[in-house]
Amino acid sequence: MVPVTDSGVPSVDPIMARLVRTWISLLILQSFLVAIAFGSEEVEEFSEALLLKPLPDRKVLAHFHFENRAPPSNSHGRHHHLFPKAISQLVQKFRVKEMELSFTQGRWNHEHWGGFDPLSSMNAKPVGVELWAVFDVPQSEVDASWKNLTNALSGLFCASINFLESSTSYAAPTWGFGPNSDKLRYGSLPREAVCTENLTPWLKLLPCRDKDGLSALMNRPSVYRAFYHSQRLHLSTVESGEEGLGSGILLEQTLTVVLQPDTISVEANIQPSWSISSLFGRKVVGRCVLAKSSNVYLHMDGLSGHELKSVDTELEAQKLWNNADFELSLTPDRILREINSFLLVFDIEKSSDSEPFDLGLTWKLPAKWSCQQAPLHASRFLMGSGNERGAIAILLKATESLENLSGRDLTNGCCTVKVNIFQIFPWYIKVYYHSLQIFVDQEQKTVIEVVKKINVSPSTDKMSSGMMEMMLELPCEVKSAAISIEYDKGFLHIDEYPPDANQGFDIPSALISFPDHHASLDFKEEVTKSPFLSKFKEKSLVRSYTEVLLAPLTTPDFSMPYNVITITCTVFALYFGSLLNVLRRRIGEEERFLKSQGKKKGGLKQLLSRLIAKIRGRPVEAPSSSTESHEARSSVFSSKLLFKIILVAGAAAAWQYFSTDK
Amino acid sequence: MKNEDDGEMAEEQKKKPCRFWIWALSSVFFRLILISFPGNLNLSSRPEVSTPLTSIRRLAEGYWLKQASMSPYAGSMYHGSPLLLSLLGPLTVQRIKGQPSHLLCSLVFVVADVLTAMLLRGIGQKLQMAYGLNARLLGFLKSSRDKGILPCGDIAALVYLWNPFTIVSCVGLSTSPIENLAVVVALYGAVKRRVPLAAFGLVMATHLSLYPATLTIPIIFLLGYGLDAPPIKLFLQTKSVENQDRSTSDVSKTEAKLKQTTRVPFLWKTVLHFVFWVLLWSLCVLVLCGLSLIKHGGLEEMFKSTYGFILSIEDLSPNIGVFWYFFAEVFDFFRNFFLIVFHVNILFMLLPLAIRLKHRPCFLAFIYLTISSILKSYPSVGDSALYLSLWALFVNELVDMKFSFFLFCGYLGISLLSPVMHNLWIWRGTGNANFYFGNAIGYACFQIVFVVESVSAMLNHDRALKRCNSKNSREVKN
Repeated sequence: MVPVTDSGVPSVDPIMARLVRTWISLLILQSFLVAIAFGSEEVEEFSEALLLKPLPDRKVLAHFHFENRAPPSNSHGRHHHLFPKAISQLVQKFRVKEMELSFTQGRWNHEHWGGFDPLSSMNAKPVGVELWAVFDVPQSEVDASWKNLTNALSGLFCASINFLESSTSYAAPTWGFGPNSDKLRYGSLPREAVCTENLTPWLKLLPCRDKDGLSALMNRPSVYRAFYHSQRLHLSTVESGEEGLGSGILLEQTLTVVLQPDTISVEANIQPSWSISSLFGRKVVGRCVLAKSSNVYLHMDGLSGHELKSVDTELEAQKLWNNADFELSLTPDRILREINSFLLVFDIEKSSDSEPFDLGLTWKLPAKWSCQQAPLHASRFLMGSGNERGAIAILLKATESLENLSGRDLTNGCCTVKVNIFQIFPWYIKVYYHSLQIFVDQEQKTVIEVVKKINVSPSTDKMSSGMMEMMLELPCEVKSAAISIEYDKGFLHIDEYPPDANQGFDIPSALISFPDHHASLDFKEEVTKSPFLSKFKEKSLVRSYTEVLLAPLTTPDFSMPYNVITITCTVFALYFGSLLNVLRRRIGEEERFLKSQGKKKGGLKQLLSRLIAKIRGRPVEAPSSSTESHEARSSVFSSKLLFKIILVAGAAAAWQYFSTDK
Repeated sequence: MKNEDDGEMAEEQKKKPCRFWIWALSSVFFRLILISFPGNLNLSSRPEVSTPLTSIRRLAEGYWLKQASMSPYAGSMYHGSPLLLSLLGPLTVQRIKGQPSHLLCSLVFVVADVLTAMLLRGIGQKLQMAYGLNARLLGFLKSSRDKGILPCGDIAALVYLWNPFTIVSCVGLSTSPIENLAVVVALYGAVKRRVPLAAFGLVMATHLSLYPATLTIPIIFLLGYGLDAPPIKLFLQTKSVENQDRSTSDVSKTEAKLKQTTRVPFLWKTVLHFVFWVLLWSLCVLVLCGLSLIKHGGLEEMFKSTYGFILSIEDLSPNIGVFWYFFAEVFDFFRNFFLIVFHVNILFMLLPLAIRLKHRPCFLAFIYLTISSILKSYPSVGDSALYLSLWALFVNELVDMKFSFFLFCGYLGISLLSPVMHNLWIWRGTGNANFYFGNAIGYACFQIVFVVESVSAMLNHDRALKRCNSKNSREVKN
């Protein structure tokens, strides 16, 4: 053991200590040089943001957004200042081009929380763990990379992501899922429980962890008390374009929670008032010093009543505040405006321990508004009863936003809405694709009429999961559309059932996306400044996940294997024995056989008595001729016996040899 | 008096076919009525009727996949023949307006059933003639009229047509009527000595469900030795007896000639002819299958998902056999061992049965079919329907069969209990898998008793013939 700590070194060996010291100082010098050399180029950037948004159903949405950007640089001797090393190693090792991992608990309420803004289309995730990744490796190595990646992530996030390793749990969508790539793999674990053990490693990736800055707000009890909780990690590599320079990585970490303010409002129809401290039980005491920008945004969506054309001037902003039906505890630094929503920007640089930042919102008047919804509201359910077969139905209902959507596709005179459905079926849900039925406004349509594109990869028993991608084209004036597909339930081997088999098996969420509709919030100002706002400006596909379904499967009797084996083998013995007996039996010969048997028995008795006599050492009182024959017979007998013993011993030895060989 | 008797006989003979046709037609009408019910009475999803191999829903899925330019075997849904797929596939999609969607398929199955019944009748008539002939040769029947002989062809055909198992598997849209037809075609061809037809039937039946491959042995015996007859020893005895009193009767002269034709040595030429035709037909089938699967993995894929699926018992969904539960419960380590043991069980019995029953090839075929339908990976009632009607071909020989009432009650009880147990387990959740498995075990036991008793009754029949014969000869000698 060589002590390496500075304090321990001199006591052991002063020369060695000196050496180490010079070495360390050299290293420090070198790293300075490297930092100077690369400092002239791009540097790693970190920014944090918190978006708060009151929701129509008396809840508040809090969306934490952390972005960590590592610029392209040489992959050799790479040193990171802010960027988590674990992630960059992951990207380099598995050649990940783009990846998203989300841990979610609770279900996004599309009706009240919105479905047509970037926030919901990016952060409304299916329950449990969802992982997708695009790789930058040859087609044949994609599956191997995926398997390695799941195992690495599993270790990194303390979750059973490694269950996605088996080919029965992931799929390779071609176009039904967002990015079009043949190197994309997608998998989800609906049953994964999400808790602090997943949040802590996630926070470890932040430069300030949860010690400082906005992430300090993440008080575990308040975060996990939320109605909806989704923790997401999205990383993408940015190609530098320059030769010899590696690719940069953009790591985006978001945490979306929907909280219920505790405060009891005086009047029933007034929205509850809240503040950051009442929501999280903590206050912001300062920014993370490593962050380039750190802002708090308050997003007021769809509020009617103050329809000002422009909020350019301070004066008008002031006017707005006086007219508004709510009151803020702090004045915003800037106000940004979109078509029908405001974004109030607060800078938290000023806050400190003595003067913590605690934004509060108090409603003065009852307010009612609604969030913009996706063109069609999707829900999914199971039909049928019993454990043999059933049907999955996906119901699409038109929302009011369908009528006033700009993204209509007017092809040959008629207005249509395109809907993509992406669905994974586990292998024990054996889907009959020919039984696909489509109802538009409760009228059955043929598949050709409605389905524009369909891609199916059927599941193989115990080998791979099935996948269905479907593009529907519905008329704009559609009220409701339903598709149903029948399936048989599989029967599993007893080892394949999870510990609580009678709970049932989960069918992962289906993804409904609208390829013609893109959500974006364009707050005209200073987009380049804040990565958070530029993220909002990006056009994102409108998508929503359906519910996870629970399909109960029949179970065999788990305590029966021995009984089943013995009973079945008995039946086989009955068959074999009795049939052979019938075939062998000859009535005439049987009588003869019985007679000879009787004779033989007498002979045997004689033999036995002789044997006993011999053992006793007395001469046998029998004619000599018979003894001679008896002796001959006994020798034959013993050799036979010996042969038998050798045979058995040989068999035993062979068995031993083969069994130990394995 | 004699004339009157003759007239009666003729009338009866006229009446009998008439009655047969009435019954046959009424069974067809019965089927048509059942077919016209919408939703085919939910029979097509019964595990007793449709197995993974014979289910029409899976066939429709395979056809859909094929139409979507995928391999029909993708997704472990369809495990049948590609030829059946191109034959029945279009019918699953085509619809007549105002009629249930499955009508066309059902009509095909009704036709298959009727054809099978007619061929069974043909086999039966041939067997009946042979039985009468042999009985006369051995001197049990003195008159030229076979008054005591039951018309086993008609009986077998009616048993096939009116067997609830057949009706259920015909109306329940399982492909087993077609498999049964192929098997019966093979037997019919062999009985009628139409070698190409026999080879065709055998090849098709093997192609459709693998197990009829065991029928090669009885068909070779049929072609080589001729129809079912008592053991040759008996004829030799009678011959020697007759030779003694040859001078006394002139009638025996002609009979002796006939005897010579029944005692022909093994006809190698016919058998070689048969082998040639089998090779030819299998080549045809393979080429056709290869052509229809040329884009989707070819023949290897087909063998893997048809024969491979049968032999490796991948699907553990419940059926009336015992394998599904066994392999759902057995430890993975022993799986391969038991797979081998259970399949070899069929093969082990082939040789002893062939040795003991080589003078009765049709009966041998019946026993082989029964055994394979007991020990099949995915048995259904359609297989039982076939062997039960084949059993009816031997009513003359098997009149003394033991436990027939007990067996009848057993089959009845099982077929009533099976849906109940299935319902309790799958639909209500009040019972568990053991209920249904117990039922399957019971069914297997009854079938085993049935086989064993049939074989023993047949052997006893031969013994009785021998005893009678020796008595006769002693009397003659005296």
